Amino acid sequence: MSYLNPGLPIPVPAADGLDKPYWDAIANDRLVLQVCEDCGTYQWGPEWICHACNSSNLRFEEIEPKGRIYSYERVWHPVHPALKDQGPYIIVLVEFPEQSNARMVGNLIGDPHQEVVIGTPVSAVFEHNNESDPAFTLVHWKVD
Amino acid sequence: MSRTIRGKVAVVGVGETPYYKRGQSPDAEFKLALDAVINACKDAQFSTKDIDGFASFSNDRNDPSKLANALGCKELRFSNMQWGGGGGGGSGAIANAAAAIATGMAESVIVFRALAQGQFGRFGQGPRSNVVSGAGAYTVPYGLMSPAQSFAMKVNRFMHDHGVKQEALRAISLASYHHAQNNPRAVMHGRPLDEQKYDESRWIVEPFHLFDCCLENDGAAAMLLVDAERAKDFPHKPVYILSALTGAHYRAGASAHNTPDYATSTFKTTSSRLYDMAEVKPSDVNVAQIYENFTGGVLMSVVEHGFCEPDECNEFFVKENLIAPSGKLPTNTSGGNLAECYMHGLGLNIEAVRQVREESTNQVPDADVALVASGPMVTPVSSSIFGSVATL
Repeated sequence: MSYLNPGLPIPVPAADGLDKPYWDAIANDRLVLQVCEDCGTYQWGPEWICHACNSSNLRFEEIEPKGRIYSYERVWHPVHPALKDQGPYIIVLVEFPEQSNARMVGNLIGDPHQEVVIGTPVSAVFEHNNESDPAFTLVHWKVD
Repeated sequence: MSRTIRGKVAVVGVGETPYYKRGQSPDAEFKLALDAVINACKDAQFSTKDIDGFASFSNDRNDPSKLANALGCKELRFSNMQWGGGGGGGSGAIANAAAAIATGMAESVIVFRALAQGQFGRFGQGPRSNVVSGAGAYTVPYGLMSPAQSFAMKVNRFMHDHGVKQEALRAISLASYHHAQNNPRAVMHGRPLDEQKYDESRWIVEPFHLFDCCLENDGAAAMLLVDAERAKDFPHKPVYILSALTGAHYRAGASAHNTPDYATSTFKTTSSRLYDMAEVKPSDVNVAQIYENFTGGVLMSVVEHGFCEPDECNEFFVKENLIAPSGKLPTNTSGGNLAECYMHGLGLNIEAVRQVREESTNQVPDADVALVASGPMVTPVSSSIFGSVATL
């Protein structure tokens, strides 16, 4: 079962091919970030060059799917028809301290009314939406 | 210092259409734009034919060539769009127009913004496409797609870092609604707000209640800028541009909420340049118009413009401090984007002009210096400082 009701826009790889390795990785339960082969800086979202040294020598590297909550929000008002009967839900911004403090946006699994504490360690939960056309995977988070 | 626009350009006319709830304008957006320009010229007793430039922001749909054509302007010398979404360009368009006049590229420039959301769709809704790719693919499928949702996490982090309470946001909303009750142009005129009504209003996204969020409106606003020397010949007291500029900090545009300095209104690097150009200090500012997309953005903007320390927000943001005529920093004295009209912040610049002219419906005594902050939390943002002749 998906965290949010189905019907939101389906994420697909960008036409320019830049982020396809990410979508392929998470479909296989692997979390990846872009890292610079020359200076070791991690970045998210993907760019064509490293923001630190401007090298084009970038790759997607698998990381331990763990981070900590940098910020969050509890959403109440539905701004999309698919969310009309959703009720509140939680978005978290998860930071990876070992990877240049890169961050990812996801949902926080569990009670949508739960208290959320900034700094809390969390682990990734891969949500595979295989019934969808096209199929897609999202990366959510649960408190450790 | 020669590389400045300080005092070189003045606002000599302001104009607005009536402000409507979104989707309720009886006129097409282009007609609204024309009416605002005509009203600004009427205010200045200036012929529309002699306008030779237009500047706008946020991808305004009303092309200067078409405006000049419809108005019958004799010649078009300057047509300018400030890049960046939201209201971040509200003061930037003024900066660009002033720069054009100060450098001799144009003589009489209109800064404008027109919106008809019934005709063209709303801001506060998610996308309606079936698929999403690129930066949106990292946020939209998680239910993060509206402006309120895009900014709430910044504000939550700021409030966490500095122990800011909900009451600080509430005070900002109460002040705007307080001012709107004296402003007959305001969409929320006659609809006062009190603490109980705020507290009982529904959450949009925490920490924003309904009354922490800007309106969505139809209408148009315009101002006419000319060289400071010429400005003396116009009917109103000239309102001089002491400073106006745009900017953003390091990687403010990073996708998927990866801006390293995250919990900011984006004014940290711009405000010192703003004050330096204007040759004023925060304590010289008599009245402030601070763009309220959401109250949390006002909070951080006020801090980053040097009016209050981040750890003093709970003491500073009380209604008495924010209201005209006697507050410590009378803020959003027209009702602003929360309660007058959401004209993407150009209305805030017009209210700053009215304060310096001493024509506001919530007049602050001796308002010689008026500051406007445009579009917090987007990139780039912009600010402007207006001054009376006494400030030159």
